[in-house]
Amino acid sequence: MLNRIIVEKPIHNRIVVAKPKIGVAGKTGTWRTEKPLVDNSKCKKCYQCEIFCPVNVIRVDPNTGATVDYDYCKGCGICAELCPFNAIRMEPE
Amino acid sequence: MYSRKSPLPYKMRDVVLPGDAACPGCPIPIAWKVLGAVFGEKMILVIPACCSSVVVGPYPYSSIKASVVHVAFASAAAVASGIAEALERRGITDVYVVAWAGDGGTADIGMASLSGAAERNHNIIYIMYDNEAYMNTGIQRSSATPYGAWTTTTPIIGKTEHKKDVAKIMIAHGIPYVATASIGYPHDLYAKLERAKSIHGFKFIHLHAPCPVGWRFDPRYTIKVAKLAVETGMWILYEYYDGKLRISGPSKPFIDSKRRKPIEEYLKLQGRFRKITPEKVEEIRKYVDENWRWVKLLS
Ligand SMILES: Cc1ncc(C[n+]2csc(CCOP(=O)(O)OP(=O)(O)O)c2C)c(N)n1
Ligand code: SF4
Ligand code: SF4
Ligand SMILES: [Mg+2]
Repeated sequence: MLNRIIVEKPIHNRIVVAKPKIGVAGKTGTWRTEKPLVDNSKCKKCYQCEIFCPVNVIRVDPNTGATVDYDYCKGCGICAELCPFNAIRMEPE
Repeated sequence: MYSRKSPLPYKMRDVVLPGDAACPGCPIPIAWKVLGAVFGEKMILVIPACCSSVVVGPYPYSSIKASVVHVAFASAAAVASGIAEALERRGITDVYVVAWAGDGGTADIGMASLSGAAERNHNIIYIMYDNEAYMNTGIQRSSATPYGAWTTTTPIIGKTEHKKDVAKIMIAHGIPYVATASIGYPHDLYAKLERAKSIHGFKFIHLHAPCPVGWRFDPRYTIKVAKLAVETGMWILYEYYDGKLRISGPSKPFIDSKRRKPIEEYLKLQGRFRKITPEKVEEIRKYVDENWRWVKLLS
């Protein structure tokens, strides 16, 4: 019986595979109670904020500085806490 | 896309997608960004029941651009072994099997399958991300919860036993590579994963990962707490291979006990140690000194 199932239905047809997607938990920016605001005149492009952002929503540009994707930023404050140049501050939503 | 030469932040960009189901300040996706920098999409993560299984999001979607196999609580190492053997039989050598399990799934219920897979020396990287309790089910103690810590199952006086040292147990297995790492030092973790990637056989990494919800601290302090664990000497970063222990860069300054920060600095940031007594702090200090004595002995 088991043999028949395996012969008739190749195994890969029965494996459930999830697809990568941005926002599996929706627009997580709505979770935020505080919002990180970047002052790029203070930014020294050290990448600390980008490296540690758990949501992977900060991008540091070597010319213009840091930008945040507010659709998904959860407002944890890690970036503001870590920035050595105080270029990021948290503001209540 | 990135090349091998581009700096770490660029390599971390692609694999972990925004909008996962992790709590704000969660250390798990930070570590996955580093995994993504090392393996790209060419990794198969084997994840037993734990917070991480929730973080990637519900079927039919996933928050990471890599294969994830969700498995029963005790079986991460066993399933990873099977996948690694299957890849080997098929001659697939550019895909890496990474068992990714919590401290409960490793130090407690997964210990038997972990020990078996290590003894058989399957070609996998096993990462125990250690948030020091069963977080997904509501902060119950595990054998990796530290002495004195509050959890919902150690509610009044905190845990009365010390943390189980899983890296030590894995060294005793005689596997080719054992390391400790911390979420606070991604460059160090990156270097360790690169080394693990280059070694055939069973690799074990014990990754310290502070959890803002379970440890009762503000999510903004995840990295600060992780670094303080190292700076106070409570968590020692090292690698063990070729029969020798090597203390890693971030921990080197703290070989000298006088340069370590007082452990109170680490404890006071965390609500789970709020009711700790001076006697218990002294007991933790002894444990820290003993750990350092052991690490120095092997190095
Ligand atoms: C056999 C079995 N027992 C219990 C559970 C319930 N359970 C799911 S996740 C979990 C806690 C996992 O703790 P840990 O491995 O430390 O990972 P964390 O959630 O802390 O990330 C438990 C007890 C289960 N899924 N299967
Ligand atoms: S941490 Fe601060 S200075 Fe560094 S890149 Fe980010 S915003 Fe700029
Ligand atoms: S507040 Fe947190 S989620 Fe938002 S950008 Fe900063 S580190 Fe990322
Ligand atoms: Mg845990």
